[in-house]
Amino acid sequence: MSAKIIKKRKPNRSIAGDIALYFFLLLVAFVMAFPIIYAVSSALKPLDELFKFPPKIFAQHPTLDNFSDLFVTMGKSWVTFTRYLFNTVFITFVGTAGHLIIASMGAFVLAKYEFPGNQTFFKIVTVAMMFTGWVTAIPNYLILNKLGWIDTYWAIIIPAFASPMGLFLMKQFMEGLPTALIEAAKIDGANEWTVFSRIVMPNVKPAWMTLIIFSVQGLWNNKASTYIYSEEKKTLVFALQQIQSGGIARTGQGAAVLVVVMIVPILIFVFSESQILETMASSGLKD
Amino acid sequence: MKEYLQKYFTLRKHNLNVAWKKAKNRKMCYLFLAPYAILFTMFYVFPVVASIYYSFTYYNILEPPRFIGLQNYISLVLQDDIFLIGVKNTLMIALITGPLGYILSFLFAWLINELPVWIRSIAVIVFYAPSIAGNCYVIFSVFFRGDAYGYVNAFLMNLGIIDTARLWLIDPRYMLPICMIVILWMSLGTGFLSFVAGLQGIDRSMFEAGYMDGIKNRWQELWFITLPSMKPMLMFGAVMTITSSFGVADVTMALCGYPSTDYAARTIVTHLFDYGYSRFEMGYACAIATILFLMMILCNKAIQSLLRRVGT
Repeated sequence: MSAKIIKKRKPNRSIAGDIALYFFLLLVAFVMAFPIIYAVSSALKPLDELFKFPPKIFAQHPTLDNFSDLFVTMGKSWVTFTRYLFNTVFITFVGTAGHLIIASMGAFVLAKYEFPGNQTFFKIVTVAMMFTGWVTAIPNYLILNKLGWIDTYWAIIIPAFASPMGLFLMKQFMEGLPTALIEAAKIDGANEWTVFSRIVMPNVKPAWMTLIIFSVQGLWNNKASTYIYSEEKKTLVFALQQIQSGGIARTGQGAAVLVVVMIVPILIFVFSESQILETMASSGLKD
Repeated sequence: MKEYLQKYFTLRKHNLNVAWKKAKNRKMCYLFLAPYAILFTMFYVFPVVASIYYSFTYYNILEPPRFIGLQNYISLVLQDDIFLIGVKNTLMIALITGPLGYILSFLFAWLINELPVWIRSIAVIVFYAPSIAGNCYVIFSVFFRGDAYGYVNAFLMNLGIIDTARLWLIDPRYMLPICMIVILWMSLGTGFLSFVAGLQGIDRSMFEAGYMDGIKNRWQELWFITLPSMKPMLMFGAVMTITSSFGVADVTMALCGYPSTDYAARTIVTHLFDYGYSRFEMGYACAIATILFLMMILCNKAIQSLLRRVGT
């Protein structure tokens, strides 16, 4: 391996500089990973080790007790664990699927056709990427209230369809598709919908993964506590965090909660990293 | 003058006609865009407009909004001391963690760029994971626990730097710096991914041309070749950074409590949350949101003009 690195070295690099940089990177990587490693290892610690002093970073006798306790606690709650899980999975799945279809349709015409108003619209979308959810939260509440969607899943799902980030990334990526591909299909007599669903969509699969991870990340971590107040419609993350705030007796379970909540987005990212990076390569904003 | 105006209007009319004909020909484009455009207008554009409108009213949801002019803004600036603390804290956090997080994102993306592929993909996961790890940041409250059992306290006491345990998350002196550390830990987010991908896409022959032209070390290469070819990604990263650094609230609320001691960790968003969801003074909360929105837009403009000078 090292021989390969040396062969590929650029001529204007000093070896001392390289070594110093690698050492520095290793150090930073450790600092970055430490809180996460610590969270995982606390979740694996049996009760007596959690309160040991001086504390050990790694569990001496790793166990899954905290996770099974978590299921027991959830099982005792008035709303069952499976219901919370269903809520989260339903919101995440429907929200992401709808977002993928609707944003891709918009991105397709914005990227591949000239029509009056297309550039203005896209500019507004890029400005909207800057809004934190908080700026729009209150009027959103009022709108959802008018529509009668408060306390339904739709209050979370429908706004997620229109997330500007997804449209932006999809449009930038679709611009890289050769126009000839679309023209060829048109000559063969395909209408726009066929072009979109048979030719464009299969060719932008890397961008799907990217939209999916950003959408899942947002929806999976959505506590939904401002728009949904019925206990049986609340999300898993909300329920888990209730357990977490249950004080010192639930320390172990709290750590298990952290792991359950973070594992899903991280796993999706690990498995789709190369596709996501491929999409992000076209994420640049031109002015 | 009159003639000029007449000409101008005929031209406008002509342009509009052309645009209308084009639009008619492209009916299907609008059909494709319509679902997204409608939802986007409803949940992203309209709320901003509504927010600006409500900011000039007194509105508590129960009664219809009552127009009170600039009263909300006047109270915010002149009477609301806590809001000013929030502005100060938000600006401190944004001005420190924003640029620092942005530079770190780029620096690490650049440093790992030359690693072998498999190490690089592990490094990307390690650096990116904190920003998608849900509420993993609450683990920092264990590290910074206020008694002698907290890791940071124990560590510093063993080294003899402090002699009594510090109340890291309750003492106003330490709250903000600790929140900044946590925010920095999470700052390698979407912008970082964009940088990593952008660096991969730079044309290799540019570097080779650089060797010929006498670029001596990696720093010159960074300034003269790498940065200028990364401009679009730098812009994108800036937008992402502004969003996250002005919208800080989750971390401060989770670590320092809500409300925090002496409001020392209050941010604009926490204040908005307070008025919007605890006191239901929607008009007032919308005024706060409008100010936040304006700050973000101005900051974005400033950064764009800065970035235009890179590499020149």
